[in-house]
Amino acid sequence: MTEGQIAELTGAEIVSRCLAEEQVEFLFGYPGGAVLPIYDELFKQDKVKHILVRHEQAGVHAADAYARATGRVGVALVTSGPGVTNAITGIATAHMDSVPMVILTGQVPTDKIGEDAFQEVDTVGITRPCVKHNILVRRAQDIAPAIKKAFHLAATGRPGPVVVDIPKDVTLNSTKYFYPKTVSLRSYNLVTRGHSGQIKKAVDLLMSAKRPMIYSGGGIIMGNASELLSQFVRALGYPCTNTLMGLGGFPATDPLYLGMLGMHGTYEANMAMQDCDVLLAIGARFDDRVIGNPEHFMAVDRKIIHVDVDPSSISKRVKIDVPIVGDVAEVLKAMLNCIDESKSSSVEVNVDAWWKQIGVWREKESSKFAVSDEVIKPQSVVQTLYELTKHDDVFVTSDVGQHQMWAAQYYKFDRPRRWINSGGLGTMGVGLPYAMGVQFAYPDATVACITGEASIQMCIQELSTAQQYSLPIKVITLNNRYLGMVRQWQEFFHGNRYSESYVDALPDFVKLAEAYGHVGMRIEKPSDVEGALKEALALKDRLVFMDFITDQEENVYPMIPGGKGLSEMILK
Amino acid sequence: MRHILSLLLENESGALSRVSGLFSARGYNIESLTVAPTEDSSLSRMTVVTTGSDEVLEQITKQLNKLVDVVRVIDLTDGSHIERELMLVKVRAIAKDREEMKRIADIFRGRILDVTDKTYTIELTGTGAKLDAFFESLDQDAILETVRTGASGIGRGERILKV
Repeated sequence: MTEGQIAELTGAEIVSRCLAEEQVEFLFGYPGGAVLPIYDELFKQDKVKHILVRHEQAGVHAADAYARATGRVGVALVTSGPGVTNAITGIATAHMDSVPMVILTGQVPTDKIGEDAFQEVDTVGITRPCVKHNILVRRAQDIAPAIKKAFHLAATGRPGPVVVDIPKDVTLNSTKYFYPKTVSLRSYNLVTRGHSGQIKKAVDLLMSAKRPMIYSGGGIIMGNASELLSQFVRALGYPCTNTLMGLGGFPATDPLYLGMLGMHGTYEANMAMQDCDVLLAIGARFDDRVIGNPEHFMAVDRKIIHVDVDPSSISKRVKIDVPIVGDVAEVLKAMLNCIDESKSSSVEVNVDAWWKQIGVWREKESSKFAVSDEVIKPQSVVQTLYELTKHDDVFVTSDVGQHQMWAAQYYKFDRPRRWINSGGLGTMGVGLPYAMGVQFAYPDATVACITGEASIQMCIQELSTAQQYSLPIKVITLNNRYLGMVRQWQEFFHGNRYSESYVDALPDFVKLAEAYGHVGMRIEKPSDVEGALKEALALKDRLVFMDFITDQEENVYPMIPGGKGLSEMILK
Repeated sequence: MRHILSLLLENESGALSRVSGLFSARGYNIESLTVAPTEDSSLSRMTVVTTGSDEVLEQITKQLNKLVDVVRVIDLTDGSHIERELMLVKVRAIAKDREEMKRIADIFRGRILDVTDKTYTIELTGTGAKLDAFFESLDQDAILETVRTGASGIGRGERILKV
């Protein structure tokens, strides 16, 4: 419908029309009293496919993963009160990782707001700290502009989740409908093109560096700038590292790649970060899991260039010498042009000595682990999965903990948007719903959910959703009968006192998977790992739940203890 | 260091709590915060007095600018400016103290707005420092009740905060 055609519609019809207007493919949700009129409209249309999850948290996670994997806005719909509170973890997870999302929430009728009505919660108040923006819609005629604004805010600048809270009476009232074509917000002015003087300065610094380093994060993925980053890094021939959120932003199999950095990053990536003389940080935010102690990091004399679309990310934890606010893709384009111009004129500094030093660090082989014939090493499961699938287009989701780190360390991501995990909030339970969201977006792709026996139980009810929609996810559980990362910290920092970190009374996951109508497999011997994975991957149309019984007390190495610096890694 | 931030924000419900929530969530100080509509009914003007290092102030300003409802932010203390705060003080004024109270109020250019046989209510405007000085010069036992608005501020001369 265009602005010219005006029809009188109910608020609920408007919601449905707006979603179609935004070409929403999937709406992940769960019905309830306050959203019944909207569900009634969804019933009558076939443009937007509603996906019925088993818990609102999982619905938001699935929409979040759909957004991460496709780059489009993920959309979820929940009812008022408990629907909203259940959704909060999902919203906060998306917010921490800057994922573009619109979450529509039902609300009690406007005349009941503030009366502690049944299933009432102050949605705008309770979501405020974990959204990019939120809007309470008070009149039917405000629905379309609010939804348009929400999609615009969610997807532009530094993306993020936007909540639109719609009281029930607003969805029942009728009004003239037209969907606005554009949004104009006087308070929301985006800077996309970086300052040309700063870009020149940055390139000059990089060209004169003796020990350069390029560090990129999730911004490269969200900003669709992986291709440009690869061109840029290769044009310079400089070393590059990715954050946990940035994996796949630069190809992991490229010789210029030093592996992931940070708390569980490679020795060479962390040492190069610490010892470089010029650092280019792009779409990354120097968070505590990446650079550890900022004082330790800043004790070394180096020049830092920081490119980010969000000015508040710059100079937040470390002081920046050359700040560049802008869209990472735009800035990379400008920097590439700048290199071409200056390459001919300026003297190229030889960085061979630096690469030689990096070679020495690489010889530490910090990712090496002791293989075993007796017990399955969790790392080897990920490694085998990678070897079996590296030529296919595979998406890997994970939950949170040791298995997440092993997945990040041993699965080599060469492309963006293939690694889907909760980096910022560290939300256990995301793995399975994330795999669902990705599988909806790419029904023919292999989607592997690398998880642990504790994390998987936090959203295990979604095995039912996966059955309903025939999602052939491969759940790879690295079952060590511990909250592995908690146990590891207790071993290192709490005198081996494993307080409440043993996962007792585990279900029989094979039977559980079968009870949900899926295929279950238990793998206990190292010699069975490859065969079992092959068998599972060959079951193209079935969800396979693989329960790998792994080494119980394996640790994730290298590790930078909390509060320590990048060069203070524990290697084994 | 003390800073006076002036903000223009959308005159929408929830805008105030977005700003105050930001300060509490990120652990920034608020010495005072005042807000009221402007001549443009779609905008509110807010004055926040805060303290922090240059780095903290830079972050506060960036975080405020990130809020969708915040239209503009300036730090008045970056340049010459006028700061004013209104205070109402109810003091005990009996017998010989009555004359002394009147005298102190006059020195600070205060106005007595309400008089009973036991009390004076004094209105005083000025910078926060001036109001503090007035307090200090009073007999502390004589102060019955005080209310302060928090600082408002405006840039001097051509320095204008407008959309």
